[in-house]
Amino acid sequence: MDGNRGLHYEENLLWEKEYSDHPGVDLPPVEITSLRTGQDARETIGLPQLSEPQVLRHFVRMSTWNYSIDHGFFPLGSCTMKHNPRLNEKLARLKGFAHIHPMQSESTVQGALELMHELQSWLGELTGLPGVCLTPAAGAHGELAGVMTIRRAHEVNGQAQRKIILTPDSSHGTNPATAVMCGFEVRSMPTSETGCLSVEVFKEALYKTDPNGADIAGMMVTNPNTCGLFEKEILEISKLLHDAGGYFYCDGANFNALVGKVRPADFGVDVMHINLHKTFSTPHGGGGPGSGPICCTEELAKYMPVPNVVKEDDGSYRRETMEDRPTSLGTLKAFQGQFGMHVRALSYMKSHGADGLKQVSEDAVLNANYILRSLCDDYHAPYADNGPCMHEALLTDKKQKQHDVTTLDIAKALVEYGYHPMTVYFPLVLPGTMLIEPTETESKDSIDRFVTTMKKIAQDAQEGKAEEFHNFPQSTPRKRLDEVKAARQPTLSWKHVA
Amino acid sequence: MAELKYTKDHECIFVDGDIAYVGISKHAQDALGDLVYVELPEVGKAVEKGGDVAVVESVKTAAEVYSPVDGEVVEINEAMADDYELIAKPVNEDGWIVKVKVSDAAALGDLMDQAAYDAYLAEID
Repeated sequence: MDGNRGLHYEENLLWEKEYSDHPGVDLPPVEITSLRTGQDARETIGLPQLSEPQVLRHFVRMSTWNYSIDHGFFPLGSCTMKHNPRLNEKLARLKGFAHIHPMQSESTVQGALELMHELQSWLGELTGLPGVCLTPAAGAHGELAGVMTIRRAHEVNGQAQRKIILTPDSSHGTNPATAVMCGFEVRSMPTSETGCLSVEVFKEALYKTDPNGADIAGMMVTNPNTCGLFEKEILEISKLLHDAGGYFYCDGANFNALVGKVRPADFGVDVMHINLHKTFSTPHGGGGPGSGPICCTEELAKYMPVPNVVKEDDGSYRRETMEDRPTSLGTLKAFQGQFGMHVRALSYMKSHGADGLKQVSEDAVLNANYILRSLCDDYHAPYADNGPCMHEALLTDKKQKQHDVTTLDIAKALVEYGYHPMTVYFPLVLPGTMLIEPTETESKDSIDRFVTTMKKIAQDAQEGKAEEFHNFPQSTPRKRLDEVKAARQPTLSWKHVA
Repeated sequence: MAELKYTKDHECIFVDGDIAYVGISKHAQDALGDLVYVELPEVGKAVEKGGDVAVVESVKTAAEVYSPVDGEVVEINEAMADDYELIAKPVNEDGWIVKVKVSDAAALGDLMDQAAYDAYLAEID
């Protein structure tokens, strides 16, 4: 027996296939044997040799183990797993976009450059931040570009003594990591009982080691934050920060709640990144490379990375160089970034239009609140009494834990019932958190099914079925894994490569 | 039974003369779940009260262990790197993570005793 049942396929590694040492294709004998033919290398490193149908089946079978937004509901908080419209794909495959090369003469790719210029304008308009750099290749890369921009500004302005970056304890882990990578010291600020940052806490952190905050380089805040709440005191906080000479970096991961409703520049943001692969529906992860453009104020635009696309007086477009903007921190990525994602994002923006994008964020917020209100009796919803949430709903396992069912068990039960779990144990501000982001592209029907499943899970927990929970999932090709053993004794390589 | 002290960040401390044995409380162990990694400092590292002295990591999260006092790390529990279950032992036996030589004994006065810590746990729950 090979482990197959139903239409679930077991699939071993390419090396483990029968006859994997036999070439799948008969090539004519090679007359000159040298390293350049690859023959020596193949004999020594043992690459598997297979036929085209073997290889195709291997990857297609493995693809059936995947779970994606194209399979079903994917409520991963702070990740905005929305539907990726196929129109984006169609446009990205147009020959004039798909078959060009970054080293081609710019006179032959004017359409592509115009598209990037237009995307810059859209992002500038939506954020209120006119300086746009499209090159960062992912969200965390955008954070790096943004904080390096802040560092560059302080250096140029003789403020290199500013060494501290403030972040709330609800921030994404990438925020403090980015600050440290840029040589800053991180000062964490505790989230208040309302789930937000308070002016008092902020002031204490701002003036802790200097009465004027003259050692503060800036702050990194996600708004709406990772508790799914809009930072209500952000205007006063950003004013205090600016008065002290610091810059406000906004993590754009949660921008899906604000598009068309609020321009981040209006609450004091100096620089932020935008995840095109979240907010603007370009594929996540395996579906394609990410893209994390940054948007900044005119002041900071002098320092952001090159190149952006500029329009000449004669109406033509070109990528700028260091000569155009000598104060720039330089190049962070080859050429102009993930151009294919730029096409998809602009396709999404233009097909929705300004009014459509506004409705996107309204519907995203509506869906999250529908989930929050549907589940706040079954699960502990720490901030539900303070009013509506933004685009994601925060629950905890406080009620279920009394019955020996934890957030991890709830997540495993969701897998058993055919759902990708929500984000678990994040944010860290409370124990056992579950962060649910439905996005605007889920229908009421699909959300209702999820809510029904979550209610059943809560009910089963209350009825003392903890033992069952501890064994979930049962119906998957692999059952409950021993995560502790996997972390303590990881197997990091295949048993033996001949 | 040895008298154990606690911090608000759930470190558990046993004081023997000018040496503080630092581990984590039962409450912290329950919150973290099984440990999968403990990052120990170098012996001789100067630590300050409230500063990082070690990191404990579970499948759920990684958490800093803070020093309850100013001082210097004089010993680290290397056995813990091979057997994370040791964390469940009393801190004055094998459950300590580091031993810190206390340079300012007054700071020890800020620590909670068992009764105060139990009351604190009830309050934050």
